[in-house]
Amino acid sequence: MTELPLTSRARPDRRPHALGEWRALGGYAAVERARAMPPAEVIDMVEAAHLNGRGGAGFPAGRKWRFMPERGTSPGEGPNYLIVNGDEMEPGAFKDRYLLEALPHQVLEGAIITAHATHCDEAIILIRDEYRPGIAAVEHAIHEARDAGLLGGLHVRVHPSAGRYIVGEETALITALEGHRAVPRKRPPFPAQSGLWGRPTTVNNVETISLVPHILDLGAQRFRALSRTEEGGTKLYGVSGRVKRPQLIEAPMGTTARELIERAGGISGDGRLRAFQPGGGASGFLGPEHLDLPLDFGHVAVAGSMFGTGMLIVLDGSACPIGLLARHMRFYARESCGWCTPCREGLPLVSKILDRFEAGQGRRADLDLLHMTADEASPRGRSFCDLMGGAMAPLSSGLRMFAAEFEARLAEGERP
Amino acid sequence: MSLSADLLARIRAASDDHGGPRPAMLEALRMIQHEHGWVSDAHLAEAAATLGVHRAEMEALASFYSLIFRHPVGETVILLCDGASCWLNGADAVREELKARLGIGFGQTTADGRYTLLNVACLGGCDRAPAAVVGRDRRLIGPLSPEGVAELLEGGL
Ligand code: SF4
Repeated sequence: MTELPLTSRARPDRRPHALGEWRALGGYAAVERARAMPPAEVIDMVEAAHLNGRGGAGFPAGRKWRFMPERGTSPGEGPNYLIVNGDEMEPGAFKDRYLLEALPHQVLEGAIITAHATHCDEAIILIRDEYRPGIAAVEHAIHEARDAGLLGGLHVRVHPSAGRYIVGEETALITALEGHRAVPRKRPPFPAQSGLWGRPTTVNNVETISLVPHILDLGAQRFRALSRTEEGGTKLYGVSGRVKRPQLIEAPMGTTARELIERAGGISGDGRLRAFQPGGGASGFLGPEHLDLPLDFGHVAVAGSMFGTGMLIVLDGSACPIGLLARHMRFYARESCGWCTPCREGLPLVSKILDRFEAGQGRRADLDLLHMTADEASPRGRSFCDLMGGAMAPLSSGLRMFAAEFEARLAEGERP
Repeated sequence: MSLSADLLARIRAASDDHGGPRPAMLEALRMIQHEHGWVSDAHLAEAAATLGVHRAEMEALASFYSLIFRHPVGETVILLCDGASCWLNGADAVREELKARLGIGFGQTTADGRYTLLNVACLGGCDRAPAAVVGRDRRLIGPLSPEGVAELLEGGL
């Protein structure tokens, strides 16, 4: 394969490949390779490749897989489960849609290999309902692969969700699959010990899974060397918001925002970069001084934000950052599962205050309340899952970075 | 109108496929909606009885998911993205145009039963912002403009 393993086989019009075409392009060779290896060796390879999970947290995939017990070694009876998370709903994220629609066999190949490495008997690919073309493409791919005997003994099925952001959370997704309202669960026990139906479970993002076959094809060292940093491989970056040609770009891990924005046609609006979120709606803002920061999990964390999904949202000088924050908070308020009080009550309040500011009716006490909420609710552990903390990341960094805008709006509000 | 024998059979089969009645509930709701456009109280109760779960459990699940419709919807459901990237690319103007043209707000259906307008989480169409997803096959359309909305509605979605 070339240096852009993830997308180089895709058709420009995003039509998925039939199995025959996919195999002619080298598809499923990695599955054979993996099956000839003991699971532990596949994990060694993935670790050596430095593959970090692409769903948002960036946890090393190999290390996560190592938590999975071998068949028959965990107490009780039942299968081990692999869940492929394609419930992508984070504002600004549009990579999994592309992978599911355009490259379903790649997703499936990755699932087969991952299931082998993690001793899983069953794989469930969870996809949001709005991604019907992706659901259809993956279902068709499963059908073809099953008929061709490529699944081995692995049971694979698609589970379409029905429109709730929280379902994408690792443990909430397990609760959802068990037929309950998707509320997150306490960790520990981690899913690898007790996940779906209390059985060992691994949850990986669609992009993570899609990269796995390429580690087998290229070898760990070559895969790792595709990156510009310590974190291996390429990344499917997204650039959207105020750029001239919003798009997905596969590039070496560690590519800079400057390069990505340039490839997306440059800044639109007034042509000046004001700020960007490096990892979707729940990542803190970075400024022009971070244009040359290598974008990967480690570097972005050191810069004080989160790489998350690696999907950039770009703000130019003429975009209203308060308006953007208001949209984000409205989204998180609506999508809260409602379990924890700060999240259920706090987010709608924050959202309402931001709406007031946007309308030029903000008050000093409101601004104080925003600061207080951000300070109190940001630290991990203040609420049960990461939704609340994630929502606070753009708010806290936004309050700092856009202090002048808030003051200006305040002045408007205080004018009689 | 009660659920067809075929649908009931498929709901029972889903219970086997999904490892029990509880995890099959969402699938049952989806199947009902696929056939009838939405999930009425009567249909919900029938499916719950078929699966052997309490209807309140089914109700709790149905009300959790934004894309399980508990009220009749129009022939064409328009899901308009309210994600950040769409907003940054002019989604507000598109929303206003849609509301004005259809004479309804979000969450409502036109009097002639043709369109329902809904707000949804980022649709994963940021490269086509402002984007919407329309119809039963959930077709992604965009980038939309106020003029484009007019054209779309005239041409039929
Ligand atoms: S933080 Fe919010 S979304 Fe997460 S469990 Fe609590 S209420 Fe639910």
